Amino acid sequence: SAVLNVDLQTDAMLQVDISDALSERDKVKFTVHTKSTLPNFKQNEFSVVRQHEEFIWLHDSFVENEEYAGYIIPPAPPRPDFDASREKLQKLGEGEGSMTKEEFTKMKQELEAEYLAIFKKTVAMHEVFLCRVAAHPVLRKDLNFHVFLEYNQDLSVRGKNKKEKLEDFFKNVVKSADGVLVAGVKDVDDFFEHEKTFLLEYHNRVKDASAKSDRMIRSHKNAADDINRIASSLYTLGTQDSTDLCKFFLKVSELFEKTRKIEARIAADEDLKLADLLKYYLRESQAAKDLLYRRSRALVDYENANKALDKARAKNRDVLQAETSQQLCCHKFEKISESAKQELIDFKTRRVAAFRKNLVELAELELKHAKGNLQLLQGCLGILKGNT
Amino acid sequence: MDTTLTSDVSMKPPSDIMNDPLIEPMSSQTENKPASEPSDDFFDLTNNVSVVAAAATKSDDFVDILGSETGAQRGEVVKADVTVEATIDKSEVTAGITDPLSQQEAKQTSTAPVIDLSGDSQPVTSKIANPLVDLFSDAPPAAEAKKPSSANVDLFDDEEGSDIFAEPLQTKPAKQLQKSLFVTAGGPLQDSKPANIFSQAAASTPSVTSTVNSKSNGVHSEEEGDIFAEATVELSLDSPRNERKKEAIAKPSAPTPTSLPAAASLTKPQPPLEEEEEEEEEDKFDIFVSVKDPEKIGDGMNAYMAYKVSTQTTLPMFRNKTFTVRRRFSDFLGLYEKLSEKHGPNGFIVPPPPEKSLLGMTKVKVGKEDSSSTDFVERRRGALERYLQRVVNHPSLLQDPDVREFLEREELPRAVSTQALSGAGFLKMINKATDAVSKMTIKMNESDVWFEEKLQEVESADQQFRKLHALVESLVVHRKELSLNTASFAKSAAMLGSAEDNTALSRALSQLAEVEDKMEQLHQEQAANDTFTFAEMIADYIRLLGAVRGSFDHRMKAWQRWQDAQSMLQKKRETEAKLLWANKPDKLQLAKEEIAEWEAKVTQYERDFERVSATVRKEVIRFEREKTKNCKRQIIKYLECLLQSQQQLIKYWEAFLPEAKAIA
Repeated sequence: SAVLNVDLQTDAMLQVDISDALSERDKVKFTVHTKSTLPNFKQNEFSVVRQHEEFIWLHDSFVENEEYAGYIIPPAPPRPDFDASREKLQKLGEGEGSMTKEEFTKMKQELEAEYLAIFKKTVAMHEVFLCRVAAHPVLRKDLNFHVFLEYNQDLSVRGKNKKEKLEDFFKNVVKSADGVLVAGVKDVDDFFEHEKTFLLEYHNRVKDASAKSDRMIRSHKNAADDINRIASSLYTLGTQDSTDLCKFFLKVSELFEKTRKIEARIAADEDLKLADLLKYYLRESQAAKDLLYRRSRALVDYENANKALDKARAKNRDVLQAETSQQLCCHKFEKISESAKQELIDFKTRRVAAFRKNLVELAELELKHAKGNLQLLQGCLGILKGNT
Repeated sequence: MDTTLTSDVSMKPPSDIMNDPLIEPMSSQTENKPASEPSDDFFDLTNNVSVVAAAATKSDDFVDILGSETGAQRGEVVKADVTVEATIDKSEVTAGITDPLSQQEAKQTSTAPVIDLSGDSQPVTSKIANPLVDLFSDAPPAAEAKKPSSANVDLFDDEEGSDIFAEPLQTKPAKQLQKSLFVTAGGPLQDSKPANIFSQAAASTPSVTSTVNSKSNGVHSEEEGDIFAEATVELSLDSPRNERKKEAIAKPSAPTPTSLPAAASLTKPQPPLEEEEEEEEEDKFDIFVSVKDPEKIGDGMNAYMAYKVSTQTTLPMFRNKTFTVRRRFSDFLGLYEKLSEKHGPNGFIVPPPPEKSLLGMTKVKVGKEDSSSTDFVERRRGALERYLQRVVNHPSLLQDPDVREFLEREELPRAVSTQALSGAGFLKMINKATDAVSKMTIKMNESDVWFEEKLQEVESADQQFRKLHALVESLVVHRKELSLNTASFAKSAAMLGSAEDNTALSRALSQLAEVEDKMEQLHQEQAANDTFTFAEMIADYIRLLGAVRGSFDHRMKAWQRWQDAQSMLQKKRETEAKLLWANKPDKLQLAKEEIAEWEAKVTQYERDFERVSATVRKEVIRFEREKTKNCKRQIIKYLECLLQSQQQLIKYWEAFLPEAKAIA
């Protein structure tokens, strides 16, 4: 989709998008639409309804598949989060009595806009995940993926139970401990050594930038909301009677009503072009780090197998078994290294292209909005000064 | 009025264009379905019904969020919006046309009270007098004779004696010459403070001369504004054309736009503001005060802030043209107390100074050099300056010897009483006064609808302004937050840039960081603009509205005094009747004397009440005129600052765009 599709060449063989989404009380239902000429699908075009959990299932099936250890697994979409929006809605309901009609309408508008934005974002994130998979030369052929796209029933994936979650947790602990280990060991391969240093640093930086951009955008939204309320307060002042000053207030209220829309729009665009981009690369760089981890793991296994083979030879016991094991580890490591190299090069190409696209668009939107604001202000000042 | 209309209409095209950028933001919602349906959806949520509304999330829609719109879609959207725009325009134009009508109405209704007023107490003169003014100014002795009248009208008003000569005047209101004669005669009559009057008269003489001279066309001199005002109103009914012509002539000579209120005529809101403004511009040259260089004197809890109060004036009542004194905050409060004690009971709206702030001042005393304490000091300095400017621009208050002393005298005796008056106490005082007003209103059973309506207006304006103030303060808070968060994002972006291993992208990211750094600056400046240009103006008006309510309170007190005297008189009469019945002639004489005494008091108090009412009415009208002018000026200033910041923004992003495009 639009956020990152720069290098995701959509070809006629397989095109996936989310054509529709329904928001229910505590879940979102996505309509996943596929167009394909691949022979293993029964039809050329079809749609199924999927929920967030099914996306997660698909993602986890990639992660757990040994075959894909050498690839950057496209990061899973984040869980839809309407809690903040819902909480505000509740507050709105509680405060209805104490608000004027205008204030209530304003609040409602704000909330609706916010809800809509979150909704669209959620959908976009899920779509990006599918598009990334569909564009991947290997993952696109995955059987689970095809089932996900075609099987028109509930996949009855359940969320992980407590025990599984605990296992995941320990896996992660081991992984990060290993990660520390891996980070401390100099890689013999210069390419991977460079990538390792880069990704460790990059991931931390992008994490920080993502958090900071979120905060910046949130305060921008707050300021826009304030301007909205100031506009309606000025409107009330302006409608008190028909004096000259009241008309003046009305004009200014009208102006603020328009500029706050632009300000809100700026915040929304920064969210999409900047914060979402950073957030995506936070997850994608994590996925790249995971790939490096898997490679290092394979390297350690390989080295251990070498040691085991040496021992076996020295003792002249189980040599054949050790040899097989050593060859297997060697093969696995080489395979991972080979595909990982290409994946990391692709990752960089994708990243540079995505940043270029988004930063250019960000600058263009900022310019458009600033010019819009400028024009509004000039027009309004012209009128106000003419009247003064 | 014509000009207003035309300008309105001619502004239309740009405003159309203005709307254009908005079309796009709208267009994301113009996919109508997603925009409206989720909202249904939304409400379903409240009901816990899991009804399903669809956001038509074709990828096109996303495209919209993501900003890369498809041409065709966009075209349609724009077209739709334009038609809407057109209809809106039409309706706006009609609205514009109705304006003059409503204003005319306003004019008619508002002239009425003023005419009333002139009958009450004010000497009335007409424009015919103008040429005379010119003549007088040419002939110094004559002018001198006349001067006291003009300069002291308000002063006389304060004195009991004023009624004495005001009445005869009523009989022949039209002739300026006569009026001045009367006043010269009236001066000596007034034994209350002859010396004072004379000194002021003498002092003000040249001032009038100079003002008159400075006005090329001889439209009323400003000191006489109050007097002429009514005349102008009456005239404007008969010959609005004449007036317009005068305006036209006067306009080109108008110098810089300014704040000052000054004596300015009571001139109806009717003749468009150009005229008023022009008069006030002239006043501006008469006196200008500034409060500068706040400086902390002393240490610890005994520390206080001192300010430089500089005056620039051509008024002859001052010894020099420019002079500077050092005043501390309590001196400003002391001045207010003196003024409100003297002029408040007469119905004047005495501009209030900023409240004491224990918290703000403690921070300053402790010597914390953080932004909140510099903010506090600057806010207070500005508020003190505007307070003083309002005082010196009030034609009556400017004449007060305490004001002169405050501006001129090197050392001022310490204002002791204010020390006890903390911010809280000060507010309590104001609130008490206003409480009293509302309570009394009920008792008073107001016969004058004008006052009733005004009081209501003032109260609702007070509420609205308080609300607006809170909102602007919240905007300030969020804007400061935005500034801080932008700064920290800028740092993050710079770090990300240095971590990035693609050279062009790395460079672009550090450029982005620079843009964000500049944005931080802009947000900070904007927060200052929000505070000092917008929020502080509203805070001023909240204070001033308190003072307005105070003047209503004083009117109410005058009424109460009159009523009390009346019921006392009633009692005395009853006593007399009883004594008559009881046949006690010895005591009867005393009773009769008492009745006479109370009759005199009733007459006196009734007159006082009338006088205070007239002053309050005049003051409220003046206040509203000032408010209109000042609010407009401040808001325009505010918007201009916004505009500049948008221009900067455009510059920054324009410089960044090629950097982003250079990423490869």
